[in-house]
Amino acid sequence: MRETRPRSFYVLASVFALFLLFLYGPMMAILVLSFQGPEGGLVFPMNGVSFHWFEKLREGGGQVEIGPALRRSFRLALLVMVLTVTFSVLAGLAFRRGFRGATLLLYVAIASLIVPSIVVSLGIALEFRLIDDAIKSLGMAWGIEWIQRDFVSALGPFTSGLGAHLTWTLPFGLLIMFAVFNRFDPAYEEAARDLGATPWQTFRHVTLPMIAPFLIGVAVFGFTLSWDELARSSQVMGADNTLPMQLAAKTTTVTDPEIYALGTATTASSILLVLVAFTIATLLQRRRQRG
Amino acid sequence: MSDTADTIAETRGNRVSARARRASRREGHGAAPYLQAAPMALVFLVFFLLPLAATIVVSFWQYTQYSIEPAFTAQNYGEVFGGCLARLPDLCTTFETYLSTLKFGVIVWACTLTLGFTVAYFLAFHVRSLKVQVIFFLLCTIPFWTSIVIRMISWIPLLGRNGLVNQALISMGVTDTPLEWLLYSDFAVVLALTHLYTLFMVVPIFNSLMRIDRSLIEAARDAGASDLQTLTAVIIPLARPGILIGSIFVLTVVLGDFLTIGIMGGQQIASVGKIIQTQMQFLQFPLAAANAVILLVAVLAGVWALLKLVDIRKEL
Repeated sequence: MRETRPRSFYVLASVFALFLLFLYGPMMAILVLSFQGPEGGLVFPMNGVSFHWFEKLREGGGQVEIGPALRRSFRLALLVMVLTVTFSVLAGLAFRRGFRGATLLLYVAIASLIVPSIVVSLGIALEFRLIDDAIKSLGMAWGIEWIQRDFVSALGPFTSGLGAHLTWTLPFGLLIMFAVFNRFDPAYEEAARDLGATPWQTFRHVTLPMIAPFLIGVAVFGFTLSWDELARSSQVMGADNTLPMQLAAKTTTVTDPEIYALGTATTASSILLVLVAFTIATLLQRRRQRG
Repeated sequence: MSDTADTIAETRGNRVSARARRASRREGHGAAPYLQAAPMALVFLVFFLLPLAATIVVSFWQYTQYSIEPAFTAQNYGEVFGGCLARLPDLCTTFETYLSTLKFGVIVWACTLTLGFTVAYFLAFHVRSLKVQVIFFLLCTIPFWTSIVIRMISWIPLLGRNGLVNQALISMGVTDTPLEWLLYSDFAVVLALTHLYTLFMVVPIFNSLMRIDRSLIEAARDAGASDLQTLTAVIIPLARPGILIGSIFVLTVVLGDFLTIGIMGGQQIASVGKIIQTQMQFLQFPLAAANAVILLVAVLAGVWALLKLVDIRKEL
């Protein structure tokens, strides 16, 4: 190996440093501005230092009313996370064994990633509108009273919204499972089977512990992709809003740093979540290697 | 990110032998794999394939102010392209919007590719220790875990009329009045899209670069190739899969974008995605569906062209 760095190294290193500045600079700006005093505005210079905007955010009633949207987004993200992990692991196992239509399913999953989100969102909204019409005309035809009286729409965060998010998280989950199972040594499972383990026991006590650290990765992906999802959510949430939708709607009307406080809070919790998850994953990995 | 884990695991020689994998595949072709794949297949069927089919069908339907009605008419497509052919060579709104969206696509693609390749190249070839490599790579990915709306909002204190950039320019005497084109403009849209999506170039290109056998580069140098020749004749062709994956991802995201163009353009710049969104708000579903079908065809044509482009170059 060469001892002295070529000149290109210094050029590229400064490009990389500028890239990091480009990535983090704006985030640092709102981080700093969110700690302004009560008189603070949207731009520098800082107007005092306080936790005023965070308190206002916690109390509610300011320009940014986030409570219900936040709880809804959180529940939805949890559900998306659980389903993404479960369905991805199951599908990963299926792809290992091989089945007719495997290639087709893979192509559909990849297509689901690259078809523009607005098209997916519109499609699901249309589909549910057709379902609504069908339910209503059924209600009329068969004289089902509650449909005629109460039914409005099947669109909602936990029906169409959940589906829209899964079309976005499942392809990532599946691709990660591919990467995991591609370098998974089946000898351990064969040993378990030779020792008389049932398929379930083999999965529960051999396969699952070995892939667990990567499943945490899939879970983090599933949660954060759903938590931040906006484009596919836009048409499918019915009368309700998710947190990113609420935020996007506020961007043009908000005039005080409360929105920066919200940005700082959500960014901090996302990063905390990722750090905790990867720490757990690393610990699991270590324990497995020691045991 | 799994790709990096991939690469790192592979370079350590941790790969499971292909024979073992084939052996595991031979056994058991019962119903189990079908049951295991069923939940995922069902989700894609109900929430992806059927909606696409519904979009195509509804794009041929009629609509009134209150309802949509089954029909088979090309009226919606006619409305989308209303007067476009008659007015040529002047561009109608539809063509102008598509051209403007395409323009953003090409500019952002060029920016993210240049920046993404440079960063990936630095990480893959100039950072020598694996540990530093992983740390730098994680540094690039952390912003990915935060909301894109927040990442867009965070440009306001920098680029706004009284933002840091304008304050600096005025105090340096470069300009007397604040620059208005920094925020809510084409420039802001390109900047924000580059900011959001460069990572999608870095990850696959880095992955491709890490798979390149280093002895090939040594060989090129020994054979007398300059750094530039090594780059264009050896490294870039071998990084092609990564460049391709990143390009497809960035292009499809930008062509369908309505959020970034909406927020960073101050809701003043047209894009295909925004047209669809607006028509949905006005309950013009068949019209929105027709636009969606056209957008879909345009995007798939773009992806197909990219794949072709690469294949042709391979054959030359």
